[in-house]
Amino acid sequence: MKKYLLFMVHAHLNFRKAEIESLADLFNIESIDYSKYSDQSPFLIADLKNDEEASTWIKRSILTKAIYEYWGEGETMEDLHKSIKEQPYTEKYIKDYELDSFKFEFETYKGNSKNNNVDRVKQIESFRYLDFKGKIRMKDAKQIYTVIEKYQPVSENIGGDKPVYHYFGRLVQRSNRSAMEKYDLKKRPYKGTTSFEAELSLVSANIAQVKPGTIMYDPFAGTGSFLVAGGHFGALVIGSDIDGRMIRGKGAQASINSNFKKYGESEKFLDVITMDFTHNALRSDLMIDTILCDPPYGIRESIKVLGAKNPEKFEGKEDVEIDGEKAYLKRDYIPTKKPYSLDALLDDLLQYSTERLPIGGRLAFWMPTANDENIETIVPMHSNLELKYNCVQDFNKWSRRLLVYINRGDGYNGSTNAGKQRTSNFRDRYFKNFN
Amino acid sequence: MKFLTTNFLKCSVGACDNSNDNFPLRYEGSKCQIVQDETVEFNPQFLLNILDRVDWNAIVTVARELGNQSLPVTKPQFTHQNGDANTASNLTEDELAVLQDLHVLLLQTSIAEGQMSCRNCNHIYHIKNGIPNLLLPPHLA
Repeated sequence: MKKYLLFMVHAHLNFRKAEIESLADLFNIESIDYSKYSDQSPFLIADLKNDEEASTWIKRSILTKAIYEYWGEGETMEDLHKSIKEQPYTEKYIKDYELDSFKFEFETYKGNSKNNNVDRVKQIESFRYLDFKGKIRMKDAKQIYTVIEKYQPVSENIGGDKPVYHYFGRLVQRSNRSAMEKYDLKKRPYKGTTSFEAELSLVSANIAQVKPGTIMYDPFAGTGSFLVAGGHFGALVIGSDIDGRMIRGKGAQASINSNFKKYGESEKFLDVITMDFTHNALRSDLMIDTILCDPPYGIRESIKVLGAKNPEKFEGKEDVEIDGEKAYLKRDYIPTKKPYSLDALLDDLLQYSTERLPIGGRLAFWMPTANDENIETIVPMHSNLELKYNCVQDFNKWSRRLLVYINRGDGYNGSTNAGKQRTSNFRDRYFKNFN
Repeated sequence: MKFLTTNFLKCSVGACDNSNDNFPLRYEGSKCQIVQDETVEFNPQFLLNILDRVDWNAIVTVARELGNQSLPVTKPQFTHQNGDANTASNLTEDELAVLQDLHVLLLQTSIAEGQMSCRNCNHIYHIKNGIPNLLLPPHLA
């Protein structure tokens, strides 16, 4: 085992641990001691087998910055140097990399970006005792040594001027945070008002453990935000939506398909299907590895499924013919839909997941809640599903949460609350109370 | 709608789940406009993994209906497949060629316009602008 330093992003704190834990679990990394994890700190020291394992763990993470081979730490630079010299493995590390090309980098946490009092050259020179013999290369250096400075911020928005703690390490792997830029909605050819932002859709896909070469399904695909995130992590993605207008896009240059082409991941996108999730047409023996979605909350329009609201009005309509052809079989026929509750839809989603996911497979979806309610939020439960994460993202007057379940199979005997009314009408509250 | 999707779609009518004829749906070659998209990238490793999920008999059936009689009756096997080590790196040249053909069929071939029907209840589903529509009228929902 070797000691590594994980440097995380100090944002989306309710999701950060879930992401690194899920990635470690996905790659069967069991040596990490999460009791040392704190939402207050962006640092975590972890014991791992080797650089390869560290790299595997962090290379697709969104809410971390990088992982380093740990060399030492201390309040002042003097303390840091003392710590480095005292580590039993320092000598071996120096030997291993002393001939490699290298450079130094500096990272800061809560520091004042306008602070130019520090002399970086002088700081680098203070590491002279390491006696590296390799060439210094600003580009393509083989080893990157990093000093991470932690500052005491002046206030919430103003960074500090004097570092209060230092870490030193050798860069092993940067995270996948650059993917946020690639999938930024501002640069996406086809999107809509309900498109989900890049950062948290990628985080969702990580917590849902989307795997390369497997199948991911989004039953409420809309403009395909989660399909894009699933495709990025290598899954074959399938989407469906009862509303054909969204998934169709706006011509060949602005569609879900054209988004995948732009990203160079066209083979990952299978299709989007106009379909009512509750009248599902994916063959029953097709194993779906991951289900990831943002169900309709009924804010923009009420939740609907196939069927007539007033069945008597449609009696005998199946016999209507146009030009000698059944009307309901014609290409431009539009079937009627009836209102459905969010509770029932989520019950259906949980049930479907138990039928289609492999044991250990994950269902992840977003659920909104109003913050003004004094009622406890009731999370839907199914006896075969373990609720693994409930990560809340707070907005001003409402919040949404990512619920992540693991399919445990028939023997699990978890609690259930199917069929019960759990959510008060979010749509009514949204319009009446939120403004 | 990509050819591979025909391997995943059954009839949406709930009552047809009790029949063995609700999958695959029936495709009439004369009513389907087939297009090729050569820009879909060839990713051998990815395709190998996806092939595990494919119902080969249904692939052969639908390919025949759409006018392709050339597929072998049994699913092509790739010799490297020992245990769960599904790696594309040691494929022979012949195997890679077979995989390339499958890529063309499964991911580059799609139905732009057309229809499909259930072999059990005969309900007709349309494919419009490349998107299949599996919605149902109220008497079948």
